[in-house]
Amino acid sequence: MSISRRTFVVRGTIAGAGLVLGLRLSPKALAQENAKARKKPVANPFDAWIHVKPDGKISLIVAKSEMGQGIRTGLAMILAEEAELDFNAVTVEQADTRPDIYAHMGTGGSGSTMENFTPLRQAGATVRELMITAAATKWKVSRSECEAQKGAVLHEKSSRRATYGELVEAAEKLPLPDPEKVELKDEKEFELIGHATPRVDIPSKVNGSAQFGLDIRVPEMVFAVVARCPTFGGKHAHFDDAKAKVVPGVLDVFEIPALGRDMFTAGGVAVIADSTWAAMKGREALQISWDNGAAASTTTDALRESLRAASAKPGKHIRNDGNVDVAIPAGVHRVEAVYEFPYLAHATMEPMNITVHARDGEAEVWAPTQSPDWVQRTVAKILELPDKKVKVRTTLMGGGFGRRYMADYPAEAAQIAKVVRKPVQLVWSREDDMTHDFYRPMACHQMRGAVNHAGHPVAWSHTIASTSIGAFWDPPNKQAPEKSEVGGAEQMPYAIPNMRLQYNVAASSVPPLWWRSVEHSFNGFAVECFIDELASAAKQDPVQFRQKLLVKHANWKPRFEDDPDPARLLGVLKLAAEKSEWGTPLAAGKGRGIASYHSFGSYIAEVAEVTVQGSNFKIDRVVAAIDCGQIVNPESVRAQAESAIIYGLSAALKNEITIKNGAVEQTNFDAYDPIRINEAPPIEVHLIQSKEDPGGMGEPALPPIAPAVANAIFAASGQRLRKLPFQLKA
Amino acid sequence: MSAIQLVINNNSHQVEIAPDTPLLWVLRDKLNMTGTKYGCGMGLCGACTVHLDGEAVRSCQTPVSSVGSKKITTIEGLSADNSHPVQQAWIAEQVPQCGYCQPGQIMSAAALLSKTPKPTDDQIDSAMVGNLCRCGMYQRIRRAIHRAAQGAGEGA
Repeated sequence: MSISRRTFVVRGTIAGAGLVLGLRLSPKALAQENAKARKKPVANPFDAWIHVKPDGKISLIVAKSEMGQGIRTGLAMILAEEAELDFNAVTVEQADTRPDIYAHMGTGGSGSTMENFTPLRQAGATVRELMITAAATKWKVSRSECEAQKGAVLHEKSSRRATYGELVEAAEKLPLPDPEKVELKDEKEFELIGHATPRVDIPSKVNGSAQFGLDIRVPEMVFAVVARCPTFGGKHAHFDDAKAKVVPGVLDVFEIPALGRDMFTAGGVAVIADSTWAAMKGREALQISWDNGAAASTTTDALRESLRAASAKPGKHIRNDGNVDVAIPAGVHRVEAVYEFPYLAHATMEPMNITVHARDGEAEVWAPTQSPDWVQRTVAKILELPDKKVKVRTTLMGGGFGRRYMADYPAEAAQIAKVVRKPVQLVWSREDDMTHDFYRPMACHQMRGAVNHAGHPVAWSHTIASTSIGAFWDPPNKQAPEKSEVGGAEQMPYAIPNMRLQYNVAASSVPPLWWRSVEHSFNGFAVECFIDELASAAKQDPVQFRQKLLVKHANWKPRFEDDPDPARLLGVLKLAAEKSEWGTPLAAGKGRGIASYHSFGSYIAEVAEVTVQGSNFKIDRVVAAIDCGQIVNPESVRAQAESAIIYGLSAALKNEITIKNGAVEQTNFDAYDPIRINEAPPIEVHLIQSKEDPGGMGEPALPPIAPAVANAIFAASGQRLRKLPFQLKA
Repeated sequence: MSAIQLVINNNSHQVEIAPDTPLLWVLRDKLNMTGTKYGCGMGLCGACTVHLDGEAVRSCQTPVSSVGSKKITTIEGLSADNSHPVQQAWIAEQVPQCGYCQPGQIMSAAALLSKTPKPTDDQIDSAMVGNLCRCGMYQRIRRAIHRAAQGAGEGA
């Protein structure tokens, strides 16, 4: 396996809030990061990852959050593979929140497998080697005559066998080897990695015993809800709690202040009760007058106009190859398109919630979170405790999608717990969750291009205008709003001699955040729809057109950070075309569309087949081809691909968040209705076996689906859908 | 507040509660039976689905006072050892990802199969359209229902 470029998730502190951003590093920065990582003391694998008890029971510790992506299974498989454990005989446990042991605990950027693959192999291999040494020493035989197998060491010559439980006391006393020098298994010997493995969390998820954040029940606990100002940045002016306090079960009502721009909590009026229902009824009975604040007149209609205007203006140059201004007028066929993207909510199935118990000098937190260490720091700060005195237990999560990286709901709960002094579960209703989310940025992309007489595209001009994530969260003196917005558009993989990418930011009071696949969710749409528009202008088949433009010369090397390898994109393009029977005739009213895209280290092509009837359409089939490098658990790769495709379809077909009078108009699943079973197409997933470094899989299958469907609808009907969610004209 | 008798998973319970309280919150907050999930509070997502005398209902829309003598079955009562054919099929097809909606999905599927042992795809759509899965595991849910139906047929 080559040690090639990787997407690294690194810690970046923003505005002192400890916000962690997925950054893509330049080769130079990557080398520096690697050098730093090597200098850090390596965690003792017996403490950090593999707990072997003398009775032989073995627990594998996972320090990433399980939100459905199967990470507890995948990371445990990596440990078990190298440590030679019987996967059916181990238990998997969630790590304690110990940033001193597990340097980076955040789960996001599709990075858990990428980040952990090699370190966990080294940790597992270290345990295996130390067990062998302990056995060989005990038996006074040569190490080379001993072999580790299913949690035990064997000495075949003398038919002796010792379990890891019997050896652990001696093994733990041995000096730790340099993890870089520990021998790793040959990939051909893998018995777990690369083999479909049932997920460890599934049995508990079919009988109600799986404990999510909302399911935490501890003695003496109470429940809290908060009445928040509907507008962003607004606050309560006055409130009267007389009627709320007489609701049976209501225990207390008090104010909590908003926590400024670093955290962006709304503040509000907290209602504490002996049940969730009583707290909700108490909140309904509050009489509050709101001060809607400066953003009270915000509307998405007005924002849409300013984004359109911003996308038509020259912007900051991100990439500028050749001369687009000369090449476009010289082209034979010129194409222009404007693509528009709404705000989107994450809408995890389990609304935001957290349970906090503040006691004298310490606190305990049960957190459904993607960033337990940030929760720890946040709660500690509010309760004025040292970080170490805040015990954060990461629970299972009913979805994350980026939303649960934030520490706003933990901050609110800490404010409440500081007053209540009993275990208190802060519950966000669905309405709270949808109207006080942090939203996928709203954007408008203007594209212009030209094709020459030979049918070759000669120019590509792309101007992105968006309500940037970076611009909202960065301190004003450090703003680089384009950083969070241009990924994937900058790395546009097609060989077009004149290429320019520009960026303009649009201001908005609506708090933005990473939404599954972040900027790739819109940049993938713009790039893959516009290349399709150019193919059509050139009167060429969309697959062949792309193939001609994915050129990998013998001396090819990445031009930019995260520059995709054209050969790997070609590989998935070909596989998707083959498996979808691309080019075979379809009945009238039907069409196929394709999109291929690289993000988070993985390459994915998707073909959608649709039937269009008047202003209605149906997706008949989706075929996905995936190259995510070395696969750990094919079962999880398939499930994540299916999941990202449906999540992307909800956005393509149905969902948008609109703002009127400064407040979100959609409050529940009636107005923000994701894809349901009757709308879900059959999805076929085809995997490429690869020895490249593992790529991410939580997000990369999302960006290609919307453009594949839009391109299919064009093929079926001649209509270009350029605004999400799609609306066909009759 | 009133004293209300409930029969849940064949066990009798008495709760002291405001009669308009939805069954969902009685299960979750008074009886600590947290397998039944809160998702929307409006009967839009199906995460809170339980059975009343075998019928799938949304417990967030069911005032506890309206239950009367009807027998309540929750996910915990379907089987604790994952032996119910729907649970078996869910494991075999590796349906859950985050798993939060799955108690509701499983209760809807079990109610469907008890009435319609061999459902068509259209019948599955009608019975399951009220159950959202934000992880999008719909084709696995469909396969698992067909698998459970197959098993039931062979056993009969």
